[in-house]
Amino acid sequence: MLNLEKLSKSFRGGSFGSGAIPAVRQVSFSIAPGEVTSLIGESGSGKSTIGKMILRLLPVTSGTITFDGVDVASLKGAALKEYYRKVQGVFQDPFSCYNPVFRVDRIFTMLEREYFGGLGAREWSVKLHASLEAVGLNPTDVLGKFAHELSGGQLQRLLVARALLLDIEILVADEVISMLDASTRIDVLNLLAGLKARGLGVLFITHDLSLGHYISEHTVILRRGVVLEMGETAKVFGNPQHSYTKMLLASVPRLHSHWEPLEPAAGSAGPDRFEPRRPAVARARRTHAGPPEPVPLLVEVEQGHLVAFEQGGPG
Amino acid sequence: MSLDVQHLVVAYRTLRGDVRAVDDVSFSVADGEIMGLAGESGCGKSTLGNSLVRLDGRMRVLAGRVLLDGTELPLSDWDAMDEFRFKKISLVPQYSMSALNPTRRIGKMISEVVRSRKIRYKDVLPELERRLRLVGLPTDVLAKYPIELSGGMNQRVVMVLTTLLDPSLLVADEVTSALDVSTQRAVGELLVELRDLGIVTSTIMITHDLSILVQVADSVMVMYAGKVVERAPTATIVDAPRHPYTKLLIASLPEVGVRYAEHVLTGIPGHPPSLLDPPTGCRFADRCPFASAECAVEPPLVELESGHLVACWKAS
Repeated sequence: MLNLEKLSKSFRGGSFGSGAIPAVRQVSFSIAPGEVTSLIGESGSGKSTIGKMILRLLPVTSGTITFDGVDVASLKGAALKEYYRKVQGVFQDPFSCYNPVFRVDRIFTMLEREYFGGLGAREWSVKLHASLEAVGLNPTDVLGKFAHELSGGQLQRLLVARALLLDIEILVADEVISMLDASTRIDVLNLLAGLKARGLGVLFITHDLSLGHYISEHTVILRRGVVLEMGETAKVFGNPQHSYTKMLLASVPRLHSHWEPLEPAAGSAGPDRFEPRRPAVARARRTHAGPPEPVPLLVEVEQGHLVAFEQGGPG
Repeated sequence: MSLDVQHLVVAYRTLRGDVRAVDDVSFSVADGEIMGLAGESGCGKSTLGNSLVRLDGRMRVLAGRVLLDGTELPLSDWDAMDEFRFKKISLVPQYSMSALNPTRRIGKMISEVVRSRKIRYKDVLPELERRLRLVGLPTDVLAKYPIELSGGMNQRVVMVLTTLLDPSLLVADEVTSALDVSTQRAVGELLVELRDLGIVTSTIMITHDLSILVQVADSVMVMYAGKVVERAPTATIVDAPRHPYTKLLIASLPEVGVRYAEHVLTGIPGHPPSLLDPPTGCRFADRCPFASAECAVEPPLVELESGHLVACWKAS
């Protein structure tokens, strides 16, 4: 069980790092084993930043991430290594995860050296083959090849197989299928959904609502670093409450129906009202952007469905 | 008849031989039509779109001809094509951010572009300002740098610029791909609006996303491994596709409303063939669940019903 509690991250920005860019503000949710949680947001919403903080690739500004009750930020040395045994990530671009001058097996060899030093060559090979078969790859097709000889889908599966070799409990999947072809992306998606049966918790980060809806049990909708709506996927998609969620759902292109006219919203019309902007740099001396909007309170509208309070009442 | 492409073959020169990325493709786009061009990556859809506007150094037109409003386009002649580019045919590239010069104010950059076509900036300025207001941008964006605008605003600036001279044909290459859903919608609606206002006569919209074509396009052409496999009105492609590739492609699309827990979608096994040495016969045969002996001969593109063309032995 991975818990995020009032997690915030601000980057230094502006000239000479004089200002702060609030990328993630007061985000709290948890990832339970055996479930897929999708984190949906447009570009600049801070969704990848959250994934990177969970993987300890970025330090946390305030708030805590706890894994089985232990604060992740405090982990060092052997304890951190044990954390990585249980929490792993897979990222968007499978091509840049491999060193082009080495064979793809190298990602496994490095893992063996780090984590499975005591294992005999034979046992390792059995373990590796089992893991490759679990992601639907034929070992003879992929082992000993270079990255350019394999397709994006195969490379992405290899990375999932690498994560499965460890005893992972949480997998952070950040836009893993955005770069894949329409015909193969669904197979990788099914693979992730199938990991639930192994008791894994998956954090599925995406900007694509249809993918999030397809695969996840829980959904978190993020905008400009703030959670606007979260809860069980069926409730968030079936009964959206926040105007931003409604606008997103109205904008998703569907196969068998046309875009419906957007509800005329207060202020300017059209999707542009919500056009994602990069979080403004709040400068120390001259404040151009003004103070950032306050973080809205989350109100429970029904069992397991939280919505940010909007001025003028929720939708 | 706005655009008429006849038996076009475009190849990339490589050391190992010619890669025929567009292989004997014929189609036409009517006046006022928005045609969607769909397919997996590497199927030749961008090569086809680019070859109509600008051939890059590695590309060669090996055969075929292209007529625009009855005039043949000199595709292989870079200088002669300059007469058509921007005036008659325009391209909207995928990444608008990198299409705009970051060191120039937008107005200055546009003035340089129109001057290269021997048009005075002052003459087009009133129309330019009118068009900017039309797409919902304030005219003071002309005094700004691209970095001061958001991705969606930049995309609209590029679209106003490329359509400034009322082109007969607009090639929009993956214009909605890297955008968020709300911006995607705004750009898609803008493409339709440009057509409705008569600013652009015909549009080819290249994308791998069939669901956005349902919103925008009048007809869809599906390509596979350099060949046209199916061409039909959009509703027909989605509701009654006849080519196995189109069927499988649509079946693999997750949509809001489809859930893994209830209905598991499947992908298409295998991958497209290498175009360096393409297989004889139907190019989809080795991935096709319906393939049989007759697929060793290449199926012709035949018109099953009016406006619905399919290249498959099993379809008729």
